Amino acid sequence: MRIARIRIVSQAVFFALFAFFAFVTEFGHLRGYPVSLFLEADPLVGIATAITTHSLYRGLLWSLVLLIPTLLLGRIFCGWICPFGSIHHFTGWIASNLNIRRRLIANSYRPLYAFKYYLLAAMVVAALFGSLQIGLLDPIATVSRSLTVAILPALDTLTQSVYVRPYEFRLAWVVGFLFVFFVGMNLVIPRFFCRALCPLGATLGVLSRFSLWRIHRDIEKCNGCDLCRSFCEGASDPQAKLRKSECFVCMNCLDDCPEDALAFRFLPDRSGEVTNPDVARRRLLFAGVAGLLFFPFARRSGATTKDFDKQVIRPPGSVAESLFLERCIKCDQCLRVCPTNTLQPALFEAGVEGIWTPILNMRMGYCELNCTLCGQVCPTGAIQRISIPQKLGLGEFSERGRVRLGTAFYDRGRCLPWAMDTPCVVCEEVCPVSPKAIFTRPVTVTTRIGQALELHRPYVDPTRCIGCGICEHECPVRDERAVRVTAVGETRSTDRRLLLTS
Amino acid sequence: MDRREFLKRVGSTGAVAIGAAIGGVMLHNRPVLDRVRRQTLPSFAVSLGANDVRMAVARGTQPDALLRAALGEMGGIGRFVKPNDHVVIKVNAAFDRPPRLGTTTSPEVLTAVVAQCREAGARKIVVTDNPINQPESSFHKSGIRQAALDAGAEIAYPFASQFEELYIGGETLTDTWPMFFGPFARATKVIGVAPLKDHNLCYASMTMKNWYGLLGGGRNRFHQNIHGIISDFPHMIKPTLVVLDGTRVLVRNGPTGGSLSDVAPGDTVVVGVDMVAVDAFGYELLRGIRQTGPETIGYLEQAHSRGLGNRDWRSQVWREVTI
Repeated sequence: MRIARIRIVSQAVFFALFAFFAFVTEFGHLRGYPVSLFLEADPLVGIATAITTHSLYRGLLWSLVLLIPTLLLGRIFCGWICPFGSIHHFTGWIASNLNIRRRLIANSYRPLYAFKYYLLAAMVVAALFGSLQIGLLDPIATVSRSLTVAILPALDTLTQSVYVRPYEFRLAWVVGFLFVFFVGMNLVIPRFFCRALCPLGATLGVLSRFSLWRIHRDIEKCNGCDLCRSFCEGASDPQAKLRKSECFVCMNCLDDCPEDALAFRFLPDRSGEVTNPDVARRRLLFAGVAGLLFFPFARRSGATTKDFDKQVIRPPGSVAESLFLERCIKCDQCLRVCPTNTLQPALFEAGVEGIWTPILNMRMGYCELNCTLCGQVCPTGAIQRISIPQKLGLGEFSERGRVRLGTAFYDRGRCLPWAMDTPCVVCEEVCPVSPKAIFTRPVTVTTRIGQALELHRPYVDPTRCIGCGICEHECPVRDERAVRVTAVGETRSTDRRLLLTS
Repeated sequence: MDRREFLKRVGSTGAVAIGAAIGGVMLHNRPVLDRVRRQTLPSFAVSLGANDVRMAVARGTQPDALLRAALGEMGGIGRFVKPNDHVVIKVNAAFDRPPRLGTTTSPEVLTAVVAQCREAGARKIVVTDNPINQPESSFHKSGIRQAALDAGAEIAYPFASQFEELYIGGETLTDTWPMFFGPFARATKVIGVAPLKDHNLCYASMTMKNWYGLLGGGRNRFHQNIHGIISDFPHMIKPTLVVLDGTRVLVRNGPTGGSLSDVAPGDTVVVGVDMVAVDAFGYELLRGIRQTGPETIGYLEQAHSRGLGNRDWRSQVWREVTI
């Protein structure tokens, strides 16, 4: 059996596993599957969060496991495992030109492919200051986010079979267009994302210099026909000096060589290859400076400090905002698993650093009282894995009290019993805590036609409100709700508290 | 250019021009398409004689035995469910809460209802609701999903595609409203099984209020005239039976509850064909347990005066058993 065939089987198996995990990441099917395994095994996630937090959270130890094949074989992850890579591989193969000369051009190395190393450098420097941005382009985070926010809702639109109640995500069109762009670029440059943008590929490319097995070309046998390059996934120039950092170990060249001049060998002579990424020092330095400036530019915009946005309501169990930005990789697994669709990808609400991070939108959903699923699937601990008693402040957690996400406030100019002599109080009905945080005071008003009308006017007890937002979600004033939750009063931070004591 | 080529080219241009003109004229100013299909619900009630029992109350501590005894007093399930019937059971699975908090239909009572329908030879038994909280977790945590499946029923989740406009033609719901119609399209019998609960706005949530759960759309507007809305339900749907599950009673902080101290034992199951009578009985029971609340409630009065049921449950044929 040809080795490239075995690789295709491996890609299919890992893609199926990834798709299976994506499918079961919801209340009805979760059952303790390790649904975030691909994210946890992502070495870039492990390395970058280790830089920002000086720790490896729970399952991120898996990222060390993936270093083993990398140190033995090189970027085998890119060619054999990565689900996003497999999508690009498949699309590129479908679109590949029948003309071998065109293919040789498409699969030859371009200086553009060094761009991913500059991106990685900028992201690593930003991470040193505590701003984790790798998730913007990390392939596993990107494909997870695209599936959750755009692809699955699109599938549901076409088949009406994915959700009981249809999920909608803000900016799904942006995430969807980006996904289509990344995949569509394969028609212009095969594996454009992997070759030019992928920060995980860049990380593994740097580590490839240590790999023990490498492709070796026997110059005696090689007749310079260039066929080896015609299906080279990484554009790593196997026909000349192999660029080891670019090689995906896809093994197509081994099968395509008519002279058997290429072999995958243990500790071959490295003189016939380019061992390190082909980066220009000054450009690398510039990228580092850009990353260094990114942090103060972002933080001094104020969105995480003095001018924090009232809409940045984080999921239950989230760590304080600056720590959150050290951990969240924007994979949006929490959005996928959230049973009410309240978790939404942020754009600039949490500042430029918080793009695609999860915030609660009470028009879309609300935080279910007896639910902590978001923290169960979070691979990096931005949302800590808390239990229901911990969330509700029961038993051993009664001293620390309930987790509060924010506080509800009434807009008396829009509330029906307050402003319009109309009974309502759906908000009180759905308030899930006992005793209810929303209570009413009866008043008898004289209507404009002189009749006496008894109304129940709602109030919030801030000592009981947990900011779950179901009041806002169920409020019949559909556009600007008459009761709205804002972030103040959240327990995860000390500087956004509301009451002196709680 | 020969004649054939000339005709071909001018002809195809002309055909496109004429086609566009015809299409334009045909589509011009067509009325706004009304794609809404209006559904109606047939009556699922069975006819009873004047001397037949219309309501039976069973008191005791075993939910299963209570349900059987009450149905027995009504003349047995066989009077209501026939072999080959397709039965839809509308439970209250509104909240993502465990059964002991008393906010949802108790699984034990549901199990007994499903078992009785099976004994009567029902071909298919579907348990359904459109919860306020997330549907799958509500059915799961309330214990209703497991109870239904174990007893041999199916669950119908409120998929968005299963909603249709139902013509109601009531006093408050005068026209149509989006309803979770899917499960009812093929139903031949309908049974409502509702817990006895406190309610912040309408004082009590029982078998009439239970039908609220079938409606979708902007149902949060109902609270502006909650008694008018609830009194439309006995007009909207004519179920085969209603079951009031008073095994546990949510006596305060309703309808969400949330604390065991909000729940008191009720040790009662009521079965009846007149939801107004059953609820009038239920409200007396609830008021007796919690010792507060007005003497009667608006929607019972309104439904009674509209002739949709009999609030004076003592004036009809009823039975009571203690087990």
